[in-house]
Amino acid sequence: MTAPEMGTGMGTGIGTGRYIGQRVRRKEDPRLLTGRGQFVDDISLPGMLHCAFTRSQIARGKILAIKTDVARDVPGVHAIYTQQDIAHYKADLLSFFLAAPDVEMTPLANGRVAYVGEPIALIIADNRHIAEDAASLVEVDYADEDPVVTLADAARGLPVHPGTDNNIAAQMGEEEIDEELAAKLKSAPHLITHKVVHQRISQSPMETRGVVVTRDGTEELTLYITCQSPHLVARWLSLSLGLPETAIRVIAKDVGGGFGLKNHPWKEELAVIVAALKFGRPLKWIEDRYENLVGANQAREQEMTLQVAFDNDGKLIASHGDYSVNIGACPQLPECNIAVHMFVWAAYKMPAYGFLTRGWYTNTVGYAAYRGPWAMETLIRETVLDIAARRIGIDPIEIRRRNLVTLKDQPTMTCMEIPLEDITPAECLEKLLAHFDVAAFRKQQEAARKEGRYLGLGVAAYIEPTGAAGSIATMTGELAQVQIEPTGKVTAIMSTHSQGHGTATTMAQIFADRLGVRYEDVTVFEGDSSRGGFSPGAAGSRQGVIAGGAAIMAGDLLAAKVKQLAAHLAEASVDAIRIEDGMVHVEGSPEKSRTLRQIAEIAYGEPDRLPPGFEPGLEAKYRYQPPPMTFASAANACVVEVDTDTGFVKILRWISSEDCGTPINPSVVEGQIAGGLAQAIGMVLLEEMSFDDRGNPLAATYKDYMLPLISDVPTFEFLHANTPSKSVGGMRGVGEGGAIIGTPTLVNAIADALAPFGEVPVDLPLTPAKLLSVIEGRDLVSPTVAPEAPVVVAVAPLVSAAPVVQAAPAPANEILIDGDWKMVLSTPVGPQEMTGHFETDGTALSGYLAAAEGQQAFTGVVENGNNLLFDLKVEKPLKITLKYNLTVEGNRISGKCKMGIFGSAKLTGHKL
Amino acid sequence: MSKHHIEMTINGRRHSGDVEARVSLSDFLRDDAGYTGVHVGCEHGVCGACTVIVDGKAVRSCLMLAVQAEGAQVTTVEGLAASDGTLHPVQQVLLEEHGLQCGFCTPGFVMTLAALTDGDAKPSEQQLVSALSGNVCRCTGYQGIRRAAKRLACNEAGENS
Ligand code: FES
Ligand code: FES
Repeated sequence: MTAPEMGTGMGTGIGTGRYIGQRVRRKEDPRLLTGRGQFVDDISLPGMLHCAFTRSQIARGKILAIKTDVARDVPGVHAIYTQQDIAHYKADLLSFFLAAPDVEMTPLANGRVAYVGEPIALIIADNRHIAEDAASLVEVDYADEDPVVTLADAARGLPVHPGTDNNIAAQMGEEEIDEELAAKLKSAPHLITHKVVHQRISQSPMETRGVVVTRDGTEELTLYITCQSPHLVARWLSLSLGLPETAIRVIAKDVGGGFGLKNHPWKEELAVIVAALKFGRPLKWIEDRYENLVGANQAREQEMTLQVAFDNDGKLIASHGDYSVNIGACPQLPECNIAVHMFVWAAYKMPAYGFLTRGWYTNTVGYAAYRGPWAMETLIRETVLDIAARRIGIDPIEIRRRNLVTLKDQPTMTCMEIPLEDITPAECLEKLLAHFDVAAFRKQQEAARKEGRYLGLGVAAYIEPTGAAGSIATMTGELAQVQIEPTGKVTAIMSTHSQGHGTATTMAQIFADRLGVRYEDVTVFEGDSSRGGFSPGAAGSRQGVIAGGAAIMAGDLLAAKVKQLAAHLAEASVDAIRIEDGMVHVEGSPEKSRTLRQIAEIAYGEPDRLPPGFEPGLEAKYRYQPPPMTFASAANACVVEVDTDTGFVKILRWISSEDCGTPINPSVVEGQIAGGLAQAIGMVLLEEMSFDDRGNPLAATYKDYMLPLISDVPTFEFLHANTPSKSVGGMRGVGEGGAIIGTPTLVNAIADALAPFGEVPVDLPLTPAKLLSVIEGRDLVSPTVAPEAPVVVAVAPLVSAAPVVQAAPAPANEILIDGDWKMVLSTPVGPQEMTGHFETDGTALSGYLAAAEGQQAFTGVVENGNNLLFDLKVEKPLKITLKYNLTVEGNRISGKCKMGIFGSAKLTGHKL
Repeated sequence: MSKHHIEMTINGRRHSGDVEARVSLSDFLRDDAGYTGVHVGCEHGVCGACTVIVDGKAVRSCLMLAVQAEGAQVTTVEGLAASDGTLHPVQQVLLEEHGLQCGFCTPGFVMTLAALTDGDAKPSEQQLVSALSGNVCRCTGYQGIRRAAKRLACNEAGENS
């Protein structure tokens, strides 16, 4: 692919420049290499005290008593708080979408505990040692109950949250497979049913969670917190605490990795913040690794069954997916992960797809994001394609070639109605194959097998939505502010945030290029909510795409300003001005060259010399709103050898062929991919957070939870496609891809190596014992692993077996539909509150639905006296028709809203 | 709890303090002496982020008590660069090879490599990589770290490559 033209317009890449596209050294590194970084535990404030938590030792039960007297008497202890002590503060555990939870959640346990490690009491002491001593002396009496631990338990067991009917936290799609789809699946020449079990993962940033908080009078609250966006934390906290008039300042200069865990505060941080409000002294809490493995939110733990129908040529006919995720007791998102279904076939020509997707509450620590939260879609699709290839007898690469959407096929629409314009997974795959000789490998593989050595090749392709903005409250555009100081140096203030992303480097590269200054002369400040504007920071592979676009736009505005002033001073035309290396040149008049500093001094200090109407100073800002969605694409290959005596996997080679659009800094791009690939290797071979049947976590140290080490990760080879996207600058995002595509690439390689022994069940991690079970044809996996359970999740009844007391339906003649109703729709982005206004005239229905975003009128019908049927058409985020089917019983209303391809959402409400 | 008076040399400067016996060297270096470049990632000896050099040897400071370092020469990551700011060769190579992202694990990698390559030691690439398999990095996938180790290792001629 050729380098795009220089240009600033929408949809043009900026390719390479003097700095953009170059492997410049990172601005962050000198301080981090010399121990001068500033992480949250490096902060000390005068008068600061330290916190520790007493945590639940059981997974589920009632708290009978919390005895704190002995702990309180430990010298150096200042206070011990339980939920009762802080209950008068508003402190809501909001989701990433800023929605209040559907179930009761409090910073400290409120009368019940719902997972091992749940914080019960907070101790404030002179130092952490004393706080921990006291925490261990707090005595808690429980009435122990049987916990719901696994997905299978969740479908059968009593609700985790009192007052709920069942453990389904969120659900979308259809419980019954659509008849037409079922027929297509059944009548196809080949139907493959593939189940994937993904273990639970600890995000494990090397820096654990932590916060230092100080209340400075009633007006100010300052927080140092390890996070992924100071702005998001400030916004989240303002809403959580209900303190709109308090100036909340959040500072996070250096952060030791986030990976989704640190999007916003959770129970512990919120408890410490509230405790600081109450106690009135600065408080610090730094999570230790035991707490992090036991008490910090975790990710994945999913099961999915995918049915895929193929014709005799290996072409896709239809598919159905059934997905479940264990989201624990207090998840950061009441998630059912609709994105899995949106993207499972997005890069492939799939004519028909249906799904059921659910998130389940259990008595385990709650769910949070982890790099590529929807990655199951690529894992299950790319592994089923290899299984199908083996079954149908075609080459795994060929089956992809026949089904992938190529550039020639676009524009087109996916089976989930996502428009595609320029995805390139097929092109990434061809590029990969040009670099890796598959035929030669197959020969080598055959020869090795004769010697009893088992080599395997895994290939996978994918696309990834990046740079999303505009469909979710927290996912916004980005603001860039840049100024040329009177000294001639460039300072930019960005709302990007680096937990290793190197945004102070990549943004500086952009400014240096766009302004014509040296990279060394640009400083980018970030990591402080009191500067810049709102942005969710590092989330959804968005910073390069959106902040990069904002930086280009702001840089160009400022360059135009410099040129305007320079032209005025030189009495030349703007077109004759060139800025290079911090010098401002006038075409044809070398004697009129000025330094940027000279121009800046005039701009700030000599208003009389400015052109008419020129705003003094050299400052510009721009908030960039990108296209709603951008896509990155990739194809990967890896070669492994599986030792059939030990079950150990050795990775021999790994090639990444990716298209992240314009790479601002290829070293940063490769760093992001490599980090994700290493995490994928961890997911496939090493990492596992599991629980015993009482809900006790089985990994509480890094001896039990095994992270990939340098000896586990091979040297990666990189191929870059660099097809500019439609966003300004042409970036496509690169943050999560490695963790998404790496997993199936490695699983496929292992399955290919062991194909002579049979299929390898995709039940992660693929430990030596599991692989030896395949090799030896007998179950060698320890008995603690549950026997193959029926896929109960797919058929679980919606309501629990417990009888539900319901008010007798009001007699028909008393049904009063007309009037206003308060209703809540459970959508994938959290509960949406609205008011419904209904008017009836016989069986004719009219009215409107009103929410914070506005109101929309509808007409419909009333059937059977109390059944309201009406449609609403919406344009955002996609054009869909919402079909409401509601039933009025007395002053209660309930029913469903069918949301096109998103399936159905539950609605409940009452008369106002 | 009773306190013990200890003295040690940290980064060439004498430092003394009164500590409880249970205080780890890492906590002492961070909280008492102010060397916050000593990072604590696990406090149970697995991640290696807390690595410092004690009397010439790489040590996990979370597993050593401060009182055990009485009289010792301790070097932390803050003490490696020259006083004019010139980076230590290990730091320089990691910078050039993009060997870090968040930088939290970095002091541990730097100190492990520095302990093995300083002075007359002539470790091979393989020796360096196997020593580094005791340090965890969650961000980088070890690519730049491996390149740095390769450059810091002695080639067959016994020269630094
Ligand atoms: S903190 Fe010492 S090894 Fe992890
Ligand atoms: S750079 Fe983040 S843990 Fe290594």
